[in-house]
Amino acid sequence: MRRQIEGSRAVAETVALCRPEVICAYPISPQTHIIEALGAIVKSGQLSPCEFINVESEFAAMSVSIGASATGARAYTATASQGLLFMIEAVYNAAGLGLPIVMTLANRAIGAPINIWNDHSDAMAARDAGWIQLFAETNQEAADLHIQAFRLAEDLSLPVMVCMDGFILTHAVESVDMPEQMDVDAFLPPYEPRQLLDPNDPVSIGAMVGPEAFEEVRYLSYLRQLDALERIPVLAGEFAASFGRASGGLLHCYRTEDAETIVVALGSVLGTIKDAADALRATGQRVGVLGITSFRPFPHDAVRDALSGARRVVVVEKAFSVGFGGVLSTDVAMATHDADLSLRTVIAGLGGRAITQRSIESMLADAIDGRLEALTFLDLDQGIIERERARMAGTKRSGPTAENVLRDLGTVASRIG
Amino acid sequence: MKSQPVRFYQVGSFAVGNRLVDKEERTVQSDASRSNALDSGHRACQGCGEALGARYALDAAMRATGGQLIAVNATGCLEVFSTPYPETSWQVAWLHSLFGNAPAVATGVAAALKVKGKRDVRVVAQAGDGGTVDIGFGCLSGMFERNDDVLFICYDNEAYMNTGVQRSGATPPAARTATTEAIGSEPGNSFGQGKDLPRLAMAHGIAYVATATVADLHDLEAKVERAMEFHGARYLHILVPCPLGWGSAPCDTILMARLAHETGLFPVFEAEYGVVTAVSSIRRYTPVESYLSMQGRYAHLFGEGGRPDIVARIQAIADRNISTFGLLQESVVGVGPETGSQ
Amino acid sequence: MFQVRFHGRGGQGVVTAAEILSMAAFAEGRHAQAFPSFGSERMGAPVVSFCRIDDRPIRTREPVMVPDALIIQDVTLIHQVDLFAGLPKDGYVLVNASQDFDELQFGEFFNDFRRDRLRTCPATEIALTQLGRPLPNAAMLGAFAALTGEITLEAIDAAIRQRFSGTAGEHNVAAARAAFHFVTLEEEGLTSASTD
Repeated sequence: MRRQIEGSRAVAETVALCRPEVICAYPISPQTHIIEALGAIVKSGQLSPCEFINVESEFAAMSVSIGASATGARAYTATASQGLLFMIEAVYNAAGLGLPIVMTLANRAIGAPINIWNDHSDAMAARDAGWIQLFAETNQEAADLHIQAFRLAEDLSLPVMVCMDGFILTHAVESVDMPEQMDVDAFLPPYEPRQLLDPNDPVSIGAMVGPEAFEEVRYLSYLRQLDALERIPVLAGEFAASFGRASGGLLHCYRTEDAETIVVALGSVLGTIKDAADALRATGQRVGVLGITSFRPFPHDAVRDALSGARRVVVVEKAFSVGFGGVLSTDVAMATHDADLSLRTVIAGLGGRAITQRSIESMLADAIDGRLEALTFLDLDQGIIERERARMAGTKRSGPTAENVLRDLGTVASRIG
Repeated sequence: MKSQPVRFYQVGSFAVGNRLVDKEERTVQSDASRSNALDSGHRACQGCGEALGARYALDAAMRATGGQLIAVNATGCLEVFSTPYPETSWQVAWLHSLFGNAPAVATGVAAALKVKGKRDVRVVAQAGDGGTVDIGFGCLSGMFERNDDVLFICYDNEAYMNTGVQRSGATPPAARTATTEAIGSEPGNSFGQGKDLPRLAMAHGIAYVATATVADLHDLEAKVERAMEFHGARYLHILVPCPLGWGSAPCDTILMARLAHETGLFPVFEAEYGVVTAVSSIRRYTPVESYLSMQGRYAHLFGEGGRPDIVARIQAIADRNISTFGLLQESVVGVGPETGSQ
Repeated sequence: MFQVRFHGRGGQGVVTAAEILSMAAFAEGRHAQAFPSFGSERMGAPVVSFCRIDDRPIRTREPVMVPDALIIQDVTLIHQVDLFAGLPKDGYVLVNASQDFDELQFGEFFNDFRRDRLRTCPATEIALTQLGRPLPNAAMLGAFAALTGEITLEAIDAAIRQRFSGTAGEHNVAAARAAFHFVTLEEEGLTSASTD
């Protein structure tokens, strides 16, 4: 049933429909509304049987999930940014052990400087941990991806994180077609573990593996990610058949078939980019948009095919590899390395900086006219940069950069975008 | 005819006491049909106190639960020597996750069992002193606070042994470790505040807290079984001497544990809901020197260039424990703190 | 598309106002998107929220840069925050104040704007009367409905009741209605005045 609902709420209610048995909750902005809603759903008896555990840290959240999953319970947790880093040891552990935990990552920037707003640096920090990483474009997709995530995780014995932009999606109220319990039950059967802690059939889980076999164990997890590349579209197809809408899959193409210029991005910014693309199309420019849903495993072949007709590709991304350049760009470059196209990286939206349609259009005009550099930071305030660099060059004790910049800016509250 | 209870003191694991007591009072270890939860073939060092302690504790837990037990293990000596690729010596459902999260992982196991309605399956979490008092402390406190149904066992050998004998929050003052060398004006570990985990556990008000050593098998097994009578968070702290890290002879492991008890340096007691309920009395008052002088990690306190002043400070700690816990309640004829005789 | 930007301070229900407006538009069968721009929870700090209403699905995620209507819930923000950034000449401005718009000392700023689209409403006073609390958001939504005609009062009422149950809902509905009538009467006053 269609409802006007906050993204966090839609995700919480959808997760509850997936019948998780153990939910671990440690609060961090901007995930709080998700776990609060789930807490109420469990406490009211609406979701039962389910253990909702208020843990003492994110590290504990993932650890409790690991113990629960290894004992045969469907486990779920959510975090963001600093919280993801705090649990990172356990994140790798969960993937290495092959436990089908599902986690919502409410994408938020990683400090210092501390910043509670959206970007993708947190997801990027965990991209090699062995988790499947799916990015939602809208709150509808965020909800739908969780249903697919539990199924995918349990089919493959791999943990899955569903990424949704913090505040932009989590705190946005928009219409979401909420699924029915029986439809979710039909799509998602009870969890059947591949490994189980059972006193009647004891096994040792988590043994050390030395040089003799480590490479092989790791290669097996590599193969599972490749299996995921095949499974994801199949599940998306099944989902579409069951629920009547396209959600998930490896990627979404928008007007790319005859596009000369294709913009590639992850997550909610795709909406703004599509509006910009339509505006440029109206002036005769052949612009298309490629939204990547499955970031890990990275769909090299599908991306190559989607971009095959383009002359230029602009990757707009909300994270960067310091001193190097784009992160998503690197993956896209690898996928298209033998194609004849120019690739440009635009870093945008860091720490919640608004990405406006006007900026995107202007940037695309530059790209089309060949004026766009290989790497650009969108809407960068050069003045701030120059003044801080001058301060640092002028004296050793130039002070904390963040404080200097904030003083430079004056009252921050007055800026809208 | 008058009768009186007679105490038997054991030497080693298969003691005179077992043959002479009734079957119900014999140790789990003396029973050929014990579970051997930690089976032979593991790679522990000769004389490893932790291997002993874990075998004693888990077999007792298996008997208490009818074999319906899941064990969670932190990274450390026990985990490493028990699961050398491609083998495992565990005959119990066993999960190793990470170093600092054994309590949290155990919480997850217990939660899953609850959700699945498997009320008879119990959970034991185990870690060394490092994984308990240092890196695992946050998770442990959280587990206590929520009163999750887990028995947490700390095998305390008083340092990070598996990585090469580095100091932990449980390392006693003046002990030499690789990160607190016996050099300088304050050789060995500094005299800090210590971290009395058993009393920290008691401060959480949990149902059952106890300490034990590998020197008294009956006592240790009884405490494990007692712990299993409760539900909710429980804590057991077992002193397990490490010949390598302590610099003691492998054959002296149980003797070291007994001396730790007899000197008062390691109080052995039980507590319920934050209140001490029983204390294991010191049989014969023993000055700390007899304990310390047998260990290479305290060698710098003796002989030429020795530090009797440090020994005295350690003695003061022991005496304070004796007083705090009332460890010398029963008077033993002919021996007193003043004479300090054996 | 009709874009609304709400300004206020933490604790005045700025975020809720945008949500309720979006729910009202949804109830009328339209597409709507509401979202906040704010920091960690903190009372009294300036807060901005946004609501877009359209007959087609809304894809964009940028903040409302060019608001068709501005709803200003706290008059003390006027000289502290750049409230009017992006406001087009035919934009609506609704300020929570007991004075008239002309008495708010904007100087020459609004000279080129459509005067009939600039309005104040004593929302806090109305809220104190109807709710007993200085929470002006429901009243401002009622006033917005009257001023712009972009949403019906009935839809606002239904959305308020959905968001606030029981007496809280009823009192907020009363506040919205009172403000709606205040603005409507003012409209009529203005219209009749202009025909004089």
